[in-house]
Amino acid sequence: MTETVLSTQGLVMRFGGITATNDVTMELKRGARHALIGPNGAGKTTLINLLTGVLTPTSGRISLLGEDITTLAPHKRVARGLVRTFQINQLFDSMTPLETLALVVSQHQGIASQWWRPLGATQAVTERAAELLEQFHLGDVAQQQTKFMAYGKRRLLEIAIALACEPRVLLLDEPVAGVPAGEREELLQTVAALPADVSVLLIEHDMDLVFSFADRMTVLVNGTLLTEGDPETIAADPKVKEVYLGHGEHAHV
Amino acid sequence: MSAPSSYESALLRKARWRPLEFVVWAAAFALPFVMPSHSLLVNEIAIVALFAMSLDLILGYTGIVSLGHAAFFGFGAYTAALFAKLVMPDPTVGLVVATVLSALLGLLASVTILRGSDLTRLMVTLGTALLLLELANKLDWLTGGADGLQGVVMGPVLGLFEFDLFGRTAAWYSLSVMLVLFLVMRRLVHSPFGATLKAIRDNRLRAMAIGIPVVSRLVVIYTVAAGIAGAAGALLAQTTGFASLDVLAFDRSADVLLMLVIGGVGWLYGGVAGAIVFKLLQNWLSAVTPQYWMFWIGLLLVLLVLVGRDRVLKPWTWLGKRKGSRA
Amino acid sequence: MLTILFDGIAYGMLLFVLAVGLAVTLGLMNFINLAHGAFAMAGGYLTVFAMQKLGVPFLACLPLAFIVVALAGALLERTLYRPMYGKPHLDQVLFSIGLAFMAVAAVDYFVGSSQQNIQLPEWLRGRTEVGDGTLLLGMGHYRLFIIAVCAVLTVVLQLILSKTRFGSRLRAAVDDPRVAAGLGINVNVVFLLTFAVGSGLAGLGGALGAEILGLDPTFPLKYMIYFLIVVSVGGTSSITGPLAAALLLGIADVAGKYFIPKMGAFTVYLLMILILMWRPQGLFTRKGGR
Repeated sequence: MTETVLSTQGLVMRFGGITATNDVTMELKRGARHALIGPNGAGKTTLINLLTGVLTPTSGRISLLGEDITTLAPHKRVARGLVRTFQINQLFDSMTPLETLALVVSQHQGIASQWWRPLGATQAVTERAAELLEQFHLGDVAQQQTKFMAYGKRRLLEIAIALACEPRVLLLDEPVAGVPAGEREELLQTVAALPADVSVLLIEHDMDLVFSFADRMTVLVNGTLLTEGDPETIAADPKVKEVYLGHGEHAHV
Repeated sequence: MSAPSSYESALLRKARWRPLEFVVWAAAFALPFVMPSHSLLVNEIAIVALFAMSLDLILGYTGIVSLGHAAFFGFGAYTAALFAKLVMPDPTVGLVVATVLSALLGLLASVTILRGSDLTRLMVTLGTALLLLELANKLDWLTGGADGLQGVVMGPVLGLFEFDLFGRTAAWYSLSVMLVLFLVMRRLVHSPFGATLKAIRDNRLRAMAIGIPVVSRLVVIYTVAAGIAGAAGALLAQTTGFASLDVLAFDRSADVLLMLVIGGVGWLYGGVAGAIVFKLLQNWLSAVTPQYWMFWIGLLLVLLVLVGRDRVLKPWTWLGKRKGSRA
Repeated sequence: MLTILFDGIAYGMLLFVLAVGLAVTLGLMNFINLAHGAFAMAGGYLTVFAMQKLGVPFLACLPLAFIVVALAGALLERTLYRPMYGKPHLDQVLFSIGLAFMAVAAVDYFVGSSQQNIQLPEWLRGRTEVGDGTLLLGMGHYRLFIIAVCAVLTVVLQLILSKTRFGSRLRAAVDDPRVAAGLGINVNVVFLLTFAVGSGLAGLGGALGAEILGLDPTFPLKYMIYFLIVVSVGGTSSITGPLAAALLLGIADVAGKYFIPKMGAFTVYLLMILILMWRPQGLFTRKGGR
């Protein structure tokens, strides 16, 4: 019986008259490779924003590793191991990948409030940053300002930043969005190579990726949980097919 | 593996002192020897450079647009002046007191800049400065009101160096304080703490998402910047012997903003470079057109922005198209 | 008491007309224009000039101020302001402060720094009193006139926004310029017209209110904070927001200066800071507005 690392109970998010998240109760198990799918506007990113604390839910609860984090500040959730990536790259444009990763690692290692030593002075930090740069094939752009980097590299950095936080629960919001076909492989391999005890919730539209990656899927439609199960069951589910094909979506389902 | 150590040296290289820096500082300290009649000017430049660098901490490094940084400068000036008049005339003690109290004011004021857009921040910083100006104006029994606080007589620095008529002691005093605080700021901006500030500036959302406690960082840096600005103001009051309402005026905030922009934000020496250019320009223009100084400043600002702030110190880029992707 | 309220309302409505252009410019082009007060000043000085040198009657100066300043605004928008739209806010602030400084210095040079006076026509110089005792309402005719003109302008603006095609184009462009452009709305023209009208209104406000506000070269800098308060507290997603903010500000300022003269503008600034801390988006912005 694998333990639940992240769960929501009756999560609701209302914006004025719109209910973006409607009574969502779900669980993420340790080591999961769990995909969250649904048509555009289903509320997937809103759910991620709720989980990470960017949004405060109208009602409902969120638990992380047994602790109620519903009202916990976003940066504290990161300290407890809940990390996300963004669908649209959120990077530090004036810094280089080396500086960015050194910063993130410093933050994780708890030395980011040090003001008297330079950024490169701690060996543990530079070593881990070097590892990550290598792992994400960012070595050749390590000292280029992020704003001048090619999109594919920026996307790799986006994911690298999340991994530098040493997540226990990782929320990936459409990691291959906008990545040219040639560079997807690189990214997919890195996603697949994540440590086994890191629990991953993946939002994706690319069904190939979803089916190759996930061992469990949740389908979200109009903010409501439609169904949940393993990939084969979901693929065969007539309700799911209707949601995708009925809306004229292009799906590989 | 060579990679980590080469990364390490790449990071450390940015924090290392360059030979040119030593030259610049040595030259600065030599000036009162070499050109004693210009000591007062050197003093003025050192003071506003310190002020500008303090603004750079919050503007250039953290991305907080402030139109009211003079609030802390002025507060520091009045505090130092009052301390010298009412408590004791020792400059160093007065300086420390003014710095600490200005920092406290910054701590209080920092709650106003935490939320909202650029416009909101502009407004609250402007409002805070205007508020203090009004207070100083109305509390004339304390501040001397529109006449200002006159007759501030200072004792010798560290009990040894009397303030002389040429202003040499003043210049060295201000330069020393500036150097000490510069060293602190320099360490800070190259440290992991400094990197978190840049992250907050570049992308606050992501900074939060990697675990940076954005609010507490903002409070800390605003407090520090306020303290340093207060120190600069204290130096002004101590070396000129009086404090008047214009230390809190909008002009001060606008001028220091301009200095920083001329010299370049996000680079501590930008404050120094800008201060030098601004003061020299001001001296020259006041002699040429004493009344219409404001017009030329305005024109400078407009041109500066039209040309592009990052190209001001690179005259070869003025007429051509923007250059490519050099960092 | 009532008189103070009345004076405050007059002041507030004047501030509204002066600041509404700034609110729309900010909401539409996301441009912080700290030189907005210079357009108001231009309207004021134009009126003084027209009345004293050309003998133009006061009433005629109002539309004249509007038109001339609007044209000037259109010209400036096309030439100087347009390249600035995409630039960071700091650049916009510096740019517009620079323009404001230039305007202040230029007026000082050409006209001198003393305060200008406008000779109001006879029929505006009276005062009507209603009621007595604590309920005494003293209505200066000039202020009545201001309230009337500003009220009419407000209604006209609201009608234009909600009932005309230009209004809906403007609202579309404020909501999302790219989508609006994609729908065939000529966003450049919308910007130009809006900026021109906003500046023209400022000019009109300057002409209308010069007697109350005091007209001298430092006008743009003196009143900049007030315009900014109206915009930041009132928000930029409606006309009614800035209107409410302006009225609040007008009444607070007049009342503050009457009841606690020692503290004067202090109360206004303090209130503004507190309001912005409580609601950084402005008091009257709808959710999701800028």
